[in-house]
Amino acid sequence: MSQETAALPSSNPRLNVSLARRAWGIRRKALQMGEVQGQGYVGQALGVADVLAVSYFHALTLRARDPEWEGRDRFLLSIGHYAIALYAALIEADVLPENEIATYGMDDSRMPMSGMASYTPGMEITGGSLGHGLGIAVGMALGLKRKGGDQFVYNLMSDGELGEGSTWEAVMSATQWQLDNLICLVDFNNQQADGPTRAALAVGAEAPKWEAFGWFAQEVDGNDIDALVAAFDAARSHAGKGPRVIICNTLMCKGVPFLEARESNHFVRVEADEWTKALEILDQGVPA
Amino acid sequence: MTALARARKYEPRKVPEVKVATSAMIASLAAEGYDTVSAPFGHALNAAAKDDPRIVGLSADLAKYTDLHIFAQENPDRFYQMGMAEQLLMSAAAGLAHEGFIPFATTYSVFASRRAYDFICMAIAEENLPVKIVCGLPGLTTGYGPSHQASEDLAIFRGLPNLTIIDPCDAADVTQMVPAMIAHDGPVYARLLRGKVANVIPRYKPDYRFELGRAQMIREGGDVLVVSSGIMTMRALDAAERLAKDGVDVAVLHCPTIKPLDSETILREAGKGRLLVTAENHTVVGGLGEAVAGTLLRAGVTPTFRQIGLPDQFLEAGALPTLHDMYGLSTEKVADQIKSWL
Repeated sequence: MSQETAALPSSNPRLNVSLARRAWGIRRKALQMGEVQGQGYVGQALGVADVLAVSYFHALTLRARDPEWEGRDRFLLSIGHYAIALYAALIEADVLPENEIATYGMDDSRMPMSGMASYTPGMEITGGSLGHGLGIAVGMALGLKRKGGDQFVYNLMSDGELGEGSTWEAVMSATQWQLDNLICLVDFNNQQADGPTRAALAVGAEAPKWEAFGWFAQEVDGNDIDALVAAFDAARSHAGKGPRVIICNTLMCKGVPFLEARESNHFVRVEADEWTKALEILDQGVPA
Repeated sequence: MTALARARKYEPRKVPEVKVATSAMIASLAAEGYDTVSAPFGHALNAAAKDDPRIVGLSADLAKYTDLHIFAQENPDRFYQMGMAEQLLMSAAAGLAHEGFIPFATTYSVFASRRAYDFICMAIAEENLPVKIVCGLPGLTTGYGPSHQASEDLAIFRGLPNLTIIDPCDAADVTQMVPAMIAHDGPVYARLLRGKVANVIPRYKPDYRFELGRAQMIREGGDVLVVSSGIMTMRALDAAERLAKDGVDVAVLHCPTIKPLDSETILREAGKGRLLVTAENHTVVGGLGEAVAGTLLRAGVTPTFRQIGLPDQFLEAGALPTLHDMYGLSTEKVADQIKSWL
């Protein structure tokens, strides 16, 4: 654990809570937000919850109540539509107050449906126009090196963003500048708006592709917390001078089997009465 | 058969008489009788960078052609060669700005405005980051054809909230706009004049100082008011000298900040009963002319209004003086047009 634990309220202890329990908490909060609007990218949130749990409760250095603290690791959400997932993680990490869940996507909320830097504490960039995050991360990583800082820049992107040419401009640049302080997380759920990502522009063999571009690449089951912890540790401690990528193969709607089974779940349709049912299923398996 | 189709069909043709030697892409704009300053942007940036460690420079393989190489030579550790990748150039500049730096990102106007627009919009402007985008070959300043002629860059960028837009006339403007851009806490797009750049305005107004957001009267005159920006202020001043010999008294209001426009000065000067002519090195669609027209109409000030600018079409390749004459931007053609409207 590298989190700063001082000055945290006792009601939200950060120690002695398992990562599995954190992931469960992120899933639960995302579903609660989805219920507020009756819709949302909850499939992605459920799928990426384990990656976010390991990011925020194992890997990242941060101060929950000081989101602009210079010493923090930067965590960029390139995929703006995953905001529902990041809000859940930020609430779980005590960066955002839990009672704002009911405002998700509402007028004057700090949690708009697409993530924007000016709205939300802990939201580093305005995402949403896909293929932007990694390039910005390159600039931040260069900036941190200029300042002599030892912080990491994490960029969370989706498999669909592998189709954007700008992603590959940034991939090449990170190697060119030897950005060993840059860790890219690819949430590979193989679902984009019109269907499977692999049927569109990202055909298999992802890790070798990144390796060929000079990255230290790992491919893991993104819903296996132990595997994620090992991969994050390896990415951070890797002795090489190049950038690092963790391709996280995740399952859309993970943790709610009747949603996992939905054929088209990029923007998963959840009926009004199903939110309660989904939460009940989640609550049947509360991790220790 | 269209002209293009004819040209593409192989058949022997009479070789045209060579009128002007070159359509080279990067030739300095002809100084036309003015003193010149070499690479004013690069030198101004060096001067500013001496006292300000926040300044860094980035280019997408066009440092040499945007005078940023002057900065790179003096500050090698503060210069980032990003390669031929304009989307990355803008994103990385945004990332550096997030970390407290003031990045100057250079490329050609066509590539910034057309290729990297979404990145300037979302990574830079939406977050109001202090990235300074400085671009060569604005408007019609190369004979290379539409791939390099940014005839619509102002139209593209004017719609972007938060973005300040500068169209300098000469070496004085370029030199003085640099510290003004740094002092402005937000994103800026500046059109660049590079190489040997004419020193125009000081000849007419020795005490001239560039001020961000301010239009300034360079020449007084009772018959015509020309509102101009960029190199068209030079052409307007030169045309005014010619027209003076014919007894036509032309005022020139130089408006180097395209956005935000100095509406107050424009409205005050437009209300004095003179023919109002806008002159811009840009298509007549969506640039200075239409910005001024909108300002006038919204305020209910309606002088006789005429526009000098590039036509709404893809421009031809050729030597720059030929093209400026063809499209009405040369001094002679500016004078002719004004005369025809009197």
